Order: sequence, then structure tokens, then C-alpha cells
Amino acid sequence: MTDSALRELADDPSSRKRFFKMMGGAGAVSAFGVLLAACGDDDKKDTASTPAAADDDANDAKKDDGATGDIAVLNFALTLEFLEAEFYAKVIDSGIVKDKKVAAIATKFGETEQEHVDALKATIKKLGGKPVSAPKTKFEETIDKGLMTVLETAADVENLGAAAYLGAAGRIKNKDVLAAALSIHSVEARHAAALNQLLDRGFGGKGGLKGTLPDGAFAKGMDEAAVLAAVKPFLA
Amino acid sequence: MASSRLVAPELATIDIKGTTREAFLIRATLAAGATYGALSATPYITKALAQDGGGDVDILNFALTLEYLEAEFYTRAVAQVKGLSGDEMKLAKELRDNEAEHVDALAATVKKLGGTPAKKPSLDFGAAFANRTSFLKTANTLEDAGVSAYNGAGPLIKSVDVLAAAGSIVQIEARHAALIRLIRSKPPAPLAFDKPATMDAILAKIKPFIG
Repeated sequence: MTDSALRELADDPSSRKRFFKMMGGAGAVSAFGVLLAACGDDDKKDTASTPAAADDDANDAKKDDGATGDIAVLNFALTLEFLEAEFYAKVIDSGIVKDKKVAAIATKFGETEQEHVDALKATIKKLGGKPVSAPKTKFEETIDKGLMTVLETAADVENLGAAAYLGAAGRIKNKDVLAAALSIHSVEARHAAALNQLLDRGFGGKGGLKGTLPDGAFAKGMDEAAVLAAVKPFLA
Repeated sequence: MASSRLVAPELATIDIKGTTREAFLIRATLAAGATYGALSATPYITKALAQDGGGDVDILNFALTLEYLEAEFYTRAVAQVKGLSGDEMKLAKELRDNEAEHVDALAATVKKLGGTPAKKPSLDFGAAFANRTSFLKTANTLEDAGVSAYNGAGPLIKSVDVLAAAGSIVQIEARHAALIRLIRSKPPAPLAFDKPATMDAILAKIKPFIG
């Protein structure tokens, strides 16, 4: 395992301090602001659940379609974020990560995924949708296989997350929701690259879940069905 | 590699939502010509704007300018920076090659859309290559700026296919940023949500390098 880079990172108390400050402070607030600002268009709330109601008005109908579709994409993203947050939480709880620095990374990434969960849930509600429930997982089986499998799974899941957001971006109608999704997409990519590096896979990665890794200078998106199939082994 | 400078074969073979880059380039052509509000930009971008009337071509030319800058940055770094470890030099070369591929792909796409690719600006990175530390710091700035730039421009893109292409590039920029940050002992993903930046903000940020 080549964890020197992560070791160094975790060793840097000043950047860690800044990190937590940002997470708990203004950074977190403005991040939510990005997502919640997406939903300022209040009239979507009532019509989203009854898209047929505005059929006689072409513009409104179009808006409704967008909101309904966007809620579906957001719920798909929420499902993935639930999985990621749950995975990191279970890994930390299991105590399998003995190295304090690697544990710090897992904790940080997990907190970020939880922020994504919270923001996506809030956004779905604002759009008049109903957030999906957290799926039941069986990550214990992964954790039982040992630290290497845990880290590989973390890398796989982050690469998958990045591919999923990339694949879904084109389906998003609301430009503010798109902006928010893009702001999460690149964070998943950062996580994926860091974990790929930790595993000495190179920043693009190798091995891992088929279809989620970049092809040289260009990343690949994955469609929803393929993503859901890929996460199935983790679902109870 | 040389052939990619003409036809960007990488783009032609990557699937975008069930289609291919070839199809993407053709379909994106149909979306060209849509206009956006005036962008205040540096002269080479403004020139491209005037020629093409705005829209996705402008955004692609904006991205192209950033990629020229990044590609040139790593090209010079590889030649000039002393004191990089073997792994760091290998990474710098890999990033250089990635950015060069982005340049080729974006320029080819602008042409396919009927636009004129922005010219490569003349660049001056000051003391960035004086040592390892200043190189990595500048690389960090450029890569993070690249992520913010694409994330900010994404919602302005009209064509779903151009958006997919921009997304496939920004994900790579984010990966670059994470690795440079790791080398610098900085958090690879400092924020839960990467902040988007406007073109104006990015142009102000890269202005010191354009000489």
C-alpha cells in the first residue's frame, strides 16, 4: 500500500484544521446555498407531483417535466451518496483502519458524502419531491475481507460515483441543479483520484469497477442502470 | 499521439450516453449558434466570440484557452523544474499529455461546430518553475481553477453532448487537482462542493500568466 501521500496529508494539522473549519463553517453553509438556490422557483413545488395539471401551458408543462426528471436524477444521486456515506461510517466503526492517517481520510471523505446526502435530500424536498430512503447495505461482508478490500471498494465506489454523476449530468434540466451536481461530481473525482493513488492505481485508476475509470485524458460517464447494477452487490 | 492532433481519435471512440464522439461532434454542430450574453474576455477569446456569435463555441474556446495554458505549463515544467522526484516527474508528464489531448479535442470540436479555435496565448509563468515548491503551488492553482471554470461553464452549455464532453474533461482536471494537492500535503478534496467560478473570475486568475 502506498499511503505516503495520504500519510503526509493527514499529518498536516493546519490543512486539516482549515478543512474542518470549512466543513463546519461558512463553506458548508454556502455549499448548501448552492443546492437550495436551485429551488427558488417555488411554483414547481405543487406542480411537480401533478405534471399533467399544466398541460395546457406549454412552458409550464416543460418546467414540470424538468422538475420531475430532476427529482428522479437527484434521488438516484442520493441513493449513491447514502451508500458512500454508509460505507465510510461502517468502515470507521469497524475499527479496521488502524492507521490513524488513513482513518482520518476515510472520516473526512465520509463526512463529505454525508453532506452530499443532506444537501440532496433538502434539494429534493425543495423541488417538491420525496427523498428516497437509505438502502439496506451489507458492507460488513466487504469489511470482513480486510483493509485492502475496504480501500479497493472505497476507490471503486468513488470512481463509480464520479462516473454516475457524469452520466446523469445531461439529464438535468434545471441549470442550478446541474451546477450543484457538477460541484459534487468533481469532488467524487477528487476522492476517486486520491484513493486510486493510495492503492497505487495511478490517478486514473486501473482495475476497479469496469466502465467507471477514465480512458486516458477523458473520463467516462455511466448510465443509471449500469450504476445500479454495479452497486447491487453492496445491497442487502 | 501525433495523429490525435488532427482528428482527436480519443474523442471519437469514447461513448457518451450511448453515442460516440463522432455523433457528438455532428450533433453538437446543430446546437451551435445559440447565443449568450456578452462575455467580457481577453482579446483572443473576444475575437472568437465576434466570429462565432457566442454560445457553446465561446465556452469551448474559453476552455481551450485554459487547456493551452495548462499544457504549456506542464511542458515547460517538465523541461525546467529541478528537484522533482521520479514519480513527480512522471506525473507532470502524464498531466502534460492529458492537457495536450484536451487542447486537441477542444480545438477539433470548435472547428466541427463551425467556429475558429482560440489561438494559443503567449504565456509567462514567472518564477513558477524556479523550484519544486513553486511549480506545485502554481499547478495546484491552475488545476483547481480549471475545475471551477468547467463547473461554472457547465450550466451555460446548450448542447447536451458538449456538456458531456466538458464533463469528461473536468473530471480529469479534478483528478489532477487531487493528486497535486496530495503531493503538496493538502486535502485532495477540501470542500464537499467544488465552487464554480465565472469566466471573468477565471480570466482574472490566469491573467498573470498571459504575457
